[in-house]
Amino acid sequence: MMEELRDLYQEVILDHGKNPRNFGHPEGANCEAHGYNPVCGDTLTVYLTVDDAGVIRNAAFEGRGCAISLASASMMTEVLIGKTLEEAKKLFDGFHRMCTGEDVDPQVSGVDDEDAVERLQVLSGVREFPVRVKCATLAWHTMQAAAAGEHECPVDPVQVTTE
Amino acid sequence: MSKATTAVEVLAGDNSTAALDVERVRQDFPILRQMAYGQPLVYLDNAASAQKPRQVLDAMQEAYETYYSNVHRGVHHLSQLSTDAFEAARDKVARFINARSVDEIVFTRGGTESINLVAATYGRKFLTAGDEIVISHMEHHANIVPWQMLRDELGVVLKVAPIDDDGNLLLDEYEKLLSPRTRLVAMTHISNALGTVTPIRDIIRLAHERGAKVLVDGCQAAPHMILDVQELDADFYVFSGHKMYGPTGIGVLWGKEEILNDMPPYQTGGEMISVVTLEKTTFKKAPHRFEAGTPAIVEAIGLGAAVDYLTGLGLDNIHAHEDGLLAYATQRLGAVPGLVIHGRAKEKASIVSFLMEDIHAHDIGTIVDRAGVAVRVGHHCAQPVMERFGVAATARASFAVYNTRAEVDALAEALDKVRELFAR
Ligand SMILES: Cc1ncc(COP(=O)(O)O)c(C=O)c1O
Repeated sequence: MMEELRDLYQEVILDHGKNPRNFGHPEGANCEAHGYNPVCGDTLTVYLTVDDAGVIRNAAFEGRGCAISLASASMMTEVLIGKTLEEAKKLFDGFHRMCTGEDVDPQVSGVDDEDAVERLQVLSGVREFPVRVKCATLAWHTMQAAAAGEHECPVDPVQVTTE
Repeated sequence: MSKATTAVEVLAGDNSTAALDVERVRQDFPILRQMAYGQPLVYLDNAASAQKPRQVLDAMQEAYETYYSNVHRGVHHLSQLSTDAFEAARDKVARFINARSVDEIVFTRGGTESINLVAATYGRKFLTAGDEIVISHMEHHANIVPWQMLRDELGVVLKVAPIDDDGNLLLDEYEKLLSPRTRLVAMTHISNALGTVTPIRDIIRLAHERGAKVLVDGCQAAPHMILDVQELDADFYVFSGHKMYGPTGIGVLWGKEEILNDMPPYQTGGEMISVVTLEKTTFKKAPHRFEAGTPAIVEAIGLGAAVDYLTGLGLDNIHAHEDGLLAYATQRLGAVPGLVIHGRAKEKASIVSFLMEDIHAHDIGTIVDRAGVAVRVGHHCAQPVMERFGVAATARASFAVYNTRAEVDALAEALDKVRELFAR
């Protein structure tokens, strides 16, 4: 029992969960979206500062949630800073496939950061806990909504549990 | 309901001293022999839905295998047997809650539909703009949203009676909310999120003094305590079959006969009419007026079997057993370092909502799940009360007649694992 749980709740995750990085509402953010998980009531707001070239200059978030969703949001913001919106989308695709167990070691091409995916791998333990996948992906869904200029990102529980 | 954790009350939860032989009760529930992740299943999510005893499963199987057919519409042998069994179930429910007449028992799909039925029929007919409905801050969404819809549709005013930090309803504040415009009070008997047992007699009396009608949400009360709707003197009392060891898809709306017969139909179609011509239809009286179409026949029969089961064990014995478990769990879980119980009302049913330090309820739920312990985590369909306590979610253990003190221990030990994991 404890192995899988230790795999899910790795120390890095607990650390990000307790001390999330890039937490707050930065000045100059020009994209934001609100993510909500109606199953547990958790809410996140993701802020992006995107320049004219489509590069994410700053990424941050605010909100409350479980250790998994906070850690995922925190690590996402770290990874995204400096990436283009296109790269962000590719990373999300890879991350998503990893969380659902569809692709244990996703190869994400066209992203100029070799170990970005590797750093996100610490969250892959979630694939043994299907009902928790949405916790890990909430921040990413919300980021996509922010990037697309949407302001609300209601995560439909049905959609999320089958993802 | 337990007021304090005294030694005597704690002993009442002990299998050996209770008037109820828990080990024998457990034999009635086949699912309790299941394993979860290789460990014995510890099912503590009874407030969401209770498991079913063999007696209920057998009654339903027997119906399907030996006398099933549609009800009320055939002259043939099976139709008569089915109709008799279906109506006998209604009779069992009527006696279970001491209704004045069996005609006061309307079968619905569950507590949610019962409340919606009252809102859609009684509400639409008797309420107008400016009239007031009073609910409490700890209602289930099923007893909030139908009234909000009515507010938006009719322009009635929705008022909310506050609770204190322990989850007690503030009766004085409630009384102040009542006015000559109050037409309906819709209040829970037991809060599914906090376990609070509300002072429902006072709530009803004060409402009636102002001429308001009262709907009581008894979804959590029906499996836990002796109910006497005549003595309570509410106007409507609603509950779900699946929370009282019966099947899903069946619930009850009890209403005073004269009120029910004053209400327009809910859905229309077959079964609920007296005469239909192409110009005009006259409707049957309650309860059939509210039961359009083919009902949940076998589910109703299963509910009847659940009522027999509860009555056979004795609601007072069940109550004493669950009270003992509550006292034991309050003490045992309260001793887990960092654990905070939300909901410490003076009168409580066997529901313990809690959080641990800054650990999110979902993380607690996932970890104890791997130890085979099923608890509910989330907002329990009662977001306003979560917001009242400043939390998004809690973990909730809710105890039924088949739970034991050893299972409370299993939960407490699983919670130690949560702390262990998060202490790294
Ligand atoms: C207090 C209360 N009211 C209403 C309901 C709704 O019951 P159902 O989902 O069976 O319709 C529940 C069930 O969760 C409840 O606990």
